[in-house]
Amino acid sequence: MTLAPKLAQALFRRPLAEPVPPAPDSVVQALAERLEAAARRRLGRSLAIRQVNAGSCNGCELEIRALSDPFHDLERFGLRFVASPRHADVLLVTGPLSRNMREALERAWACTPDPKWIVAAGDCAADGGVFRGSYAVEDGITHALPVDLIIPGCPPTPAQLLEGLLALLEAQAGPAPPRHR
Amino acid sequence: MSAADRFPNGAAAECRPWPRHLLDPARWAALAADDSLTLLSLWAEPGLVHAAFLAEGGLLLASCPAPEGRYPALSPARPGAPLFERMIHDLWGLSAEGGVDPRPWLDHGRWGLVAPLSGRPVQTMLPPPQPEFLPAEGEGLHQMPLGPVHGGVTEPAHFRFHLQGEAVLRLEARLGYAHRGIIGLMLGKSPRSAARFAARIAGDSTVAHAWAFAMAAEAAAELVPPPRALVLRAVMAELERIHNHLRSWGAICEAAGLAWPHARCAVLREGVLRACAAAFGHRLMMDRVVPGGVSGDIAPGGAAAILSALEAVAVEIPELAGLCETHAGLRNRITGIGIVTAELAARLGAGGPIGRASGRGFDARRLPGQAPYDELDPVVPVLPEGDVGARLRIRISELRESIRLVPALLARLPEGELRLSLPQRAGEGIGMVEGFRGECLHWMALDDGGLIRAVFPRDPSWLQYPLLEAAMQGGSAADFPLCEASFGCAVSGVDL
Repeated sequence: MTLAPKLAQALFRRPLAEPVPPAPDSVVQALAERLEAAARRRLGRSLAIRQVNAGSCNGCELEIRALSDPFHDLERFGLRFVASPRHADVLLVTGPLSRNMREALERAWACTPDPKWIVAAGDCAADGGVFRGSYAVEDGITHALPVDLIIPGCPPTPAQLLEGLLALLEAQAGPAPPRHR
Repeated sequence: MSAADRFPNGAAAECRPWPRHLLDPARWAALAADDSLTLLSLWAEPGLVHAAFLAEGGLLLASCPAPEGRYPALSPARPGAPLFERMIHDLWGLSAEGGVDPRPWLDHGRWGLVAPLSGRPVQTMLPPPQPEFLPAEGEGLHQMPLGPVHGGVTEPAHFRFHLQGEAVLRLEARLGYAHRGIIGLMLGKSPRSAARFAARIAGDSTVAHAWAFAMAAEAAAELVPPPRALVLRAVMAELERIHNHLRSWGAICEAAGLAWPHARCAVLREGVLRACAAAFGHRLMMDRVVPGGVSGDIAPGGAAAILSALEAVAVEIPELAGLCETHAGLRNRITGIGIVTAELAARLGAGGPIGRASGRGFDARRLPGQAPYDELDPVVPVLPEGDVGARLRIRISELRESIRLVPALLARLPEGELRLSLPQRAGEGIGMVEGFRGECLHWMALDDGGLIRAVFPRDPSWLQYPLLEAAMQGGSAADFPLCEASFGCAVSGVDL
């Protein structure tokens, strides 16, 4: 029977998930100001994330997908990817915002229920990155939607992405509001 | 038949390493009917259309003038040509006379410009038109739209299904959502400064595209890159193949409903990416390949990190690969689904694991003179079945072969320079590099100042999307995620 050694291995092996560096205080501070007390109560310490690709080269997607692997294990922080913007608290947007994707992104944002945030992941999403100035792009997500947090990098590493998303969580767990019990 | 026999009186332009033949419209149209040639790419510059065919012994390049914006279409005889012809119309404003599909492709009517690369782009204020899809007829038909915002973390594409119950009568992909205007950004820049766009055509094939781009630039400027740079490029290209094949392997198992191999492949892949970061300073090795050589050396201890990560992969492969043969549930899902016939794969010239799983064994690494692979004799697996399982097994075989190649390359890493500067001169060149999806084909023409006058980077996905559509025909809509995972095409590579 080959199952027994596997079970034993699974029982005694330490998990692969790694500790993550804490998010920088300045970022948390800035985000906390944007999160109203009501929003904090309603969401607790969990965020549902909908990723929207607005014309990226797919490098950012590779690293975002790596967040779900056993090393980074996003769900242990209460962060999870959902299949529809209607189920999301956060839109995680990559790419320089190609003109061909603008309407689709705006529609996804419109059907995301309040309270909601928008995170621009990667240098392209921040200001167009290397594609800045092309006839086919809008030079960053800020040209269409109110961005709450920018995670730089080309592409941002999973650690940088986690740091940014945890900053959103930290801001929610901040000191001011009376927590819902 | 050699090119000289084919075009006895034709004028040839100095493109390296293969000359480009200037044809009149009649000879151009005759090429379309030549069964000994496989169409690999079709592109344009203002007033001129170019095609690259795979012929015996290498590439055959041909050009045809397009006076008054028209040229004879290749699409009636070439199933790979329609997407290119639609793209040429959208970007350069040249129409394929007698083409099978005049609908726009990359242009969704949102750029504020018509034919942005034509030299005289026209501004437009028209509202974007409604997309048109090919019709399907039958009783009880319905349509299912999917995308461009998908359920998973993926690229933006729209898929339109015509369904009869569960069965797919027709699937059509509509791309262009990720069009960033890469060719427009490259024009007028030096190859060195345009290389960052080539590295971002498709982030997962950044090394292969950057290498093919560099190869075209070096051929155009007649520069031979230093041997150390060539071996480092090949090390990076094989690492890219390894981490992407691990990702595809996991994705196929996940789409088939088996989570455990997906998690294991993700762990192994992360180990490889960290070794890449330790050796080359970037997890995906972006911007490491530049025209003239490589931008930096392998870090001290980098080779050891790579070898130990690959050792970890090699140890787990037998057990994971055994699942394809022993796990009844997985076997059931991957067998006989999403079949691409050998005949269709050959007609479309599909490259990479998709072509090789359907009996087409082309691999750019085996082209004559493809340093440094010419000394290594890479083994190219080929299977006849053409289903999801065959595409998975091809990837596993290629993964094993790449794990053999990387230590062999590192062992023969020569000392010497990393980068030479590109001479500033006119020239024209073409470069072909085998990425994990298939061959990346870059063509480039430089002006007298060494700046890019015309360029076209062709991703292998151009010839693979029509096969995905064909593979889904008659299948079940619920098999689409599995079939798509086994293809693994790049939206960004086609969208440019």
